[in-house]
Formats: sequence, C-alpha cells, structure tokens
Amino acid sequence: MAHSHATHATHANTKKNYTGIMDWITTVDHKKIGILYFGAGLFFFLLAGVEALLLRIQLMFPMNDFVSAQTFNELFTMHGTTMLFLAALPLFYGYMNYIIPLQIGARDVAFPFLNALGLWTFIFGGILLNLSWFLGGAPDGGWTGYPTLSTFNTAHQGMDFYSIGLQIAGIGTLVGAINFLVTIINMRAPGMSFMRLPLFTWATFITSALILFAFTALAIDLIFMTFDRLFSARFFDVAYGGNPILWQHIFWIFGHPEVYILILPAFGIMSEVIPTFSRKRLFGYSSMVFALALIGFLGFMVWAHHMFTVGMGAFANALFAIATMLIAVPTGIKVFNWLLTMWGGSIRFTTASLFAISFVPTFVMGGVTGVMLASAPADYQYHDTYFVVAHFHYVIVGGSVFGIFAALFYWWPKMFGKMLNETLGKWFFWIFSIGFHLTFFVQHFLGLDGMPRRVYTYLPGQGWDLSNLVSSIGAYMMGIGVILLLINVVYTIRKGPDAPADPWDGRTMEWTVSSPSPLYNFKQTPLVRGLDAFWKEKMDGNKGMTPAEPLQPIHMPNGSILPFLMSLGLFIAGFGFIYKDYDFNNALMNGLFNNYIVIYAGLLMLFGSMATRCLIDDPGYYIQPEELKEEEA
Amino acid sequence: MSQTNAHSNTALTGQLERATLEGRNKILGFWLFLGAETVLFGTLFAAYLGLRHQVLDGPTPQELFSLPFVALMTAVLLVSSLTSVLAVQAMHRGNVKVMLRWLIVTVLLGFTFLCLEIYEFNHYVALGHTFSTSAFSSSFYSLVGFHGAHVVIGVVWITLVILQMPRKGLTPVTANKVYVASLYWHYIDVIWVFIFSLVYLLGRVG
Repeated sequence: MAHSHATHATHANTKKNYTGIMDWITTVDHKKIGILYFGAGLFFFLLAGVEALLLRIQLMFPMNDFVSAQTFNELFTMHGTTMLFLAALPLFYGYMNYIIPLQIGARDVAFPFLNALGLWTFIFGGILLNLSWFLGGAPDGGWTGYPTLSTFNTAHQGMDFYSIGLQIAGIGTLVGAINFLVTIINMRAPGMSFMRLPLFTWATFITSALILFAFTALAIDLIFMTFDRLFSARFFDVAYGGNPILWQHIFWIFGHPEVYILILPAFGIMSEVIPTFSRKRLFGYSSMVFALALIGFLGFMVWAHHMFTVGMGAFANALFAIATMLIAVPTGIKVFNWLLTMWGGSIRFTTASLFAISFVPTFVMGGVTGVMLASAPADYQYHDTYFVVAHFHYVIVGGSVFGIFAALFYWWPKMFGKMLNETLGKWFFWIFSIGFHLTFFVQHFLGLDGMPRRVYTYLPGQGWDLSNLVSSIGAYMMGIGVILLLINVVYTIRKGPDAPADPWDGRTMEWTVSSPSPLYNFKQTPLVRGLDAFWKEKMDGNKGMTPAEPLQPIHMPNGSILPFLMSLGLFIAGFGFIYKDYDFNNALMNGLFNNYIVIYAGLLMLFGSMATRCLIDDPGYYIQPEELKEEEA
Repeated sequence: MSQTNAHSNTALTGQLERATLEGRNKILGFWLFLGAETVLFGTLFAAYLGLRHQVLDGPTPQELFSLPFVALMTAVLLVSSLTSVLAVQAMHRGNVKVMLRWLIVTVLLGFTFLCLEIYEFNHYVALGHTFSTSAFSSSFYSLVGFHGAHVVIGVVWITLVILQMPRKGLTPVTANKVYVASLYWHYIDVIWVFIFSLVYLLGRVG
C-alpha cells in the first residue's frame, strides 16, 4: 500500500472547501446532486400540479370563464411540458443519482463534473421555460408542439421559450444518461455482475440507453423549430416545400421512447419495493431484466401509433398497431412477476408498499386502454378525445407518479436521514389515489362520448357536465393529498425520528451504509456474493458486507463552479436568441439584444468555461485512512 | 472493476489513455456520446432526404454542387483523419514531439477544410441558395452546417490540447485527452463520408 500511496501523493491536490450556498452550486457529489434534482423536480411537480388544478377549475362547469382560451392553451401546454420534462424525469434522476452508486457499491458516479453540468442545464432550462409566464405569455402549442400551430405566430414568443428551454434542459438529460450508463458499466463493485444488479439499476441502465437515442432526435426537432421561428428556415413551411408531418415523425421517434423513459424507472422502483415489503426475492429476476430490455427495444418501433389519423395508409397503420400490441407481452410478464412476488410473501402495508401494490392494477388499466388505442381503426374514434387523456394519465400518474411516491417513502430515510410519518403517509396515499381515480376514470367515458381534449370550454346538456364536475373534485383531492405530503415532509424534517441505516429490512446495498450515506459511500469497496447482496449477507449471518479491499486512501473529486457557469452561459445565450429581433422600446436593451451582444456574452461564458475545464486539470484529493478511523471513533 | 486501481498499469496494456479507471470511463462515455451524435446526424440526414426535392424557385443540386471541389474538401478531411491516427500512434510510442507535429498538421487541415466550406457556402448564397430559399436549402445548410460546426469545435479542441502538452507532458490525463479528441475527429470524418455520398453524389445523380 505504501507504494500506491506514494503514487497518489505525487498528483494529489488539496481539497477545496466551499461552504453554504457555494457548496451546493459547486458540488459534484452524487448525493447532493441527487437531492438537488429531487428538490427541483418536486418544485416543478407542484407548479405543474397547480396548473392542472387551474385547468380543472375552468372545466368544472360548462361555459365557464375562469380563464381565457389563450390562458387555457398556455396552461395545458405548460402542465404537460413541465410534468414530463421538468418534474417526472428529474425526480427519477434524483433517486438514480443518490441510489445507483450505492446499489452497485461505487463511491461516486463515473463523471461527477458532467453530473453537475447535467443538473444545472436542466435547472436553467426549466427556469427559462417557466420565465415565459412573466415575459409575454407561456408556450401555447401543446406539449407536442405540432407545427404549423407552433410556428405560424412568431409575435407570441411562447414557443421560442419552449424550443430553447427544452433544448437546454435536454442537454442535461442526455449528459445524465451517458453518466449513468458508464457508471453502471464501469463502476460496479467486485462480484456485482450484470445479472446481480438490482432491478432499479437495470431500469436506469435501459432508461439511459433510451434517453441517449431518443432525446437526441428531439434536440434536432427543436433546432428545426427554432430555425423556422427565429431564422426563417422552411422545415415546416408548406409554402416553401416544408412538411409539418416531419416534425410529428421526429417528435414521436423521441416521444414514444420518452413514455418508456418515464415508466421504466417506476418499474425498477416497484421491483425493489415489492420484494422488500413482501420479504421475498423478486420472482423471475432474469425475465424481469429481459422484459425491460424488450420494452426498451420495442419502444423505438411504435412511434407512428400516435399518428394513425395523419393518413399514413392502412399498411403502415397495421404494422404500427401490431408492434404496439406486442409491448403488452413483456409488460404482462412484469405484472405477473410482481403478483407472484407478493404471492405467499409476508406483506407489510407501509405507505411505500401501498403505492407499489396499487400501482399494479392502476397501471394495468392504463395498459389495457393502451391496447385499445393501438387498434388503428378504433383509434379514429378515440383520437384527440378525453379517452386519450384518461389513458396516459393512468399510465403516467398511476405508473410513474405512483412509482415516484413509492420511492419517496422508501428512499427518503436514506436520502435525508429522517423517517417520514406513516400515518400521514397513508392518509396521503388514500386521498391521492381515490382522487386520482375520480379524476381520470370518468374521463374515459367523456372521451367515448366525444369530448375533445384541449378545449377550454364546452356547451351544457351534452352529457358531459356531471363527469367534468366529478373529475374536477377528484383533482382537488389529489391536491389535498399532495399538501398532506408536504406537511409530512416539513414535519418530519423538523421533528421526525432519525432513520437507521436499514429501516425496511432491505435487500440491496444502499441499506448497508448509514442514513444519510457518508461522503465516500463505502469505507471499503464491498464484495458482492450474490443477487440481493445485503440480504445474502444477512441470511449468512453477517452484519454487513465483506470488504473487497484493505482500508486505503479514498480518492474524491473537488467541487467546481464551472458546470454552473456553463449552464448560466447557455441560459443567457438562450435569452439572447429569443429576443434577438425584439423591440424593447429602450435603446440600451435593443442595443444589447438586437446586436446579438447577449448571445455572444452567453456563448463566451459557455465556451470560456469549457476551455478552462480543458486546460486546467483538477486531480481531486484523498481522504486518508486515519481520517476514516477518527470518524468511526 | 475496483475503483481504486488508480495505479498505473501502463506496462501491461501499453496504452496510457486507458491506464486509469477515469481514463477508461472517459473513453467509454465518449463512445456513447458518439452514439448519441449518430442519432443527431441521422435525424438531420432523414430530414434532408425527405425535403431535398423541395427546391421551388431556388437553384437545384445539379446546378449547385461541383464534385471536383467537394472531392478536394473530402480529400483534405480524410487526410486529416490519417494524420490524427499518426499522432495517436506516436503517442503510443511515447514520442511527444512527433505526436504534436501530426496534431498540428491535423488542425491545419481542419482549418483548410473550414475555409473551403466557407467559400462554398458563400458561393451558394451568391447563386441564390440561401438558408430561407426552400425546404431543401434549409435542410442542406442545417445538415452540412451542423457538420461544419463540429469541425470548428474539433479544431479549437485539438488546438487547446496541443497548447497544454508542452507544459504537462504525456501523462494518463493528457494522453486521454489526445485519444478522445482523435476519436471525435474520426467521427467527424465518417459523417463527412455520408454527407459526400448522400448530399453531393446523390444531388448530382439522383
């Protein structure tokens, strides 16, 4: 060891100490980044939730005039965009960042610096998108942004905020995916073979692969939209030979994998929570992995089922209909495996397991309507009605959001070191899930009765009045449920009992370290001896993992402000692009924006930070074994 | 697989850029990034192929493209790919001086390519083929311009790598930078091969 220590010392740097807010904006620690992702995701979740409540107030009664048609368009556009890009995925990224390195026995992710970059581009992209509310109006073309609806009106700048804000946030998502892939491939502890990976890690792996190949397609589509709107390109301009259908194809080549990007992490969470609270190993581990991979693969083959009514022809429609129905097979495998995991287990009904158990039937309902929508001839009837709205809320709320809440109660002790209150948690579960079914179950029938989606109001006496009222009442119940969750969070952060390392009698390695986990995660890299690594040690009568290495200096990366500055540069340049031709009625502002000075300043900040990163190496620092021993004592 | 094998095992592999786990991470991560880039370019190619007949009143590909000129651009870029291989080979032999020489040649060739491309675009605009002329022109400039932007970044990047070499010398960290930059440079070349065939050749004959 003396030898290796000497080599370390030759290029070891000193530790940089940041405190307070600087610590948070310079951090490259996957746990702090995970918490920031989680916090930002929760904020956007609440924001998009409030937008949904405003929508439901407007639709509560026929011919209601609570908001104008334009505001309604902006609200539903921002509700969908925020929920999908800025709430659901970042919440999953929060868990992934915190939990994946712990589950695979790693001290950090593969690219701590890139990890921070991904976080800050996401946050700045999200802020840019939402600032549109205060700067002349939010995006109003739907979260799918179909041209020519989204490109014809360049006077209203909402869709510029959409295309540029999502572009910046998307960079963060892509960077995060590469980081997770390399982490899972290269950073596994000794003995942690691929077929011993916990299912949440597997789900993250497949999800990241989907992000890698899907978000890039969206990036190009958004560039086309930006070019059309800001630089007079003709991609979607029919008068110049452009083709609006091109947007739809590219968008859904991204968009369909995107819905699996949102559901696969939830599948992974369920495959952790259900075995833990059934005190049984997961039924059919290898078929679960196989099903994840197959869903991920098929996810890329089915994009045109969103476009059955576009007029692609019977042959294409039939092909995409069959491919879509195929996905029900691997999904069915997963559902039966969860059921058989619970079968004969000693089930504990905690809040986390309640969410996980109710996830199964709820998600199946969403899946069944999915198969209904997949039959192309019938889709002509369902298309753009509330039936579709009901379907995707059953899979996204009943799937992804239930997964997020199950994980919230399951991993909260590990992430924050406090136990959430179970009584309040169960109230939250019941109010939220009853509210959820009230809101969306009736929307199936509204859709079958012909109510189109995205209309700001409707005439009375069409048989839609009562269902809309019920739906709105359900939405308020979901809102009340989320308030209970917030009370729970605030209450337990102040008064809650400290969490033990292993509160749920867990099976995987994140439960072997203290709650919250120490800076270096594992004092000694653990040796993995089987599937459910920690459970295996427990069954063999061991208290913890067997170390795979002697106690030795631990290498840690230094924090850096550069990721924050790069993202800020993108943010500033984004503003510059949106307002490059805008007349502010102010000589100074016009001078700054119309001469592209703001764009250049932002890009200079971005590329200057990148050059700094390239030229100046920071080798990080070492935590010495003596410090580790002191900490223990 | 352990994360602590930061000790150099260059003697075993002979590849300095893979000597540390951090180095291996960066190489794998960069390959994945290139996978993402493939979708970026694939989407641009798809859009171009879908819209390339929408010429409207603008000049047609047959009128615009001059194959000898584009062949010259291709030759310059492909030779720069060769010189970057020679640089990496020199690096594997531990010969920093030769490596730097080849990297400088690579940058100069890349710069030459950019000058040719700027001339080409200027020429097209003079012929009435602007960004806003038609769906064909928008998708052409987006695809070829996106590639050109990649070349700009590559030229600046390799220059920055060259600038830090004399000061830092050949270490696992700097060797990794040279290797990853050369991966990127090859990738840009591969994309150009597709642009040459699917844009220029197809434009002349299709």
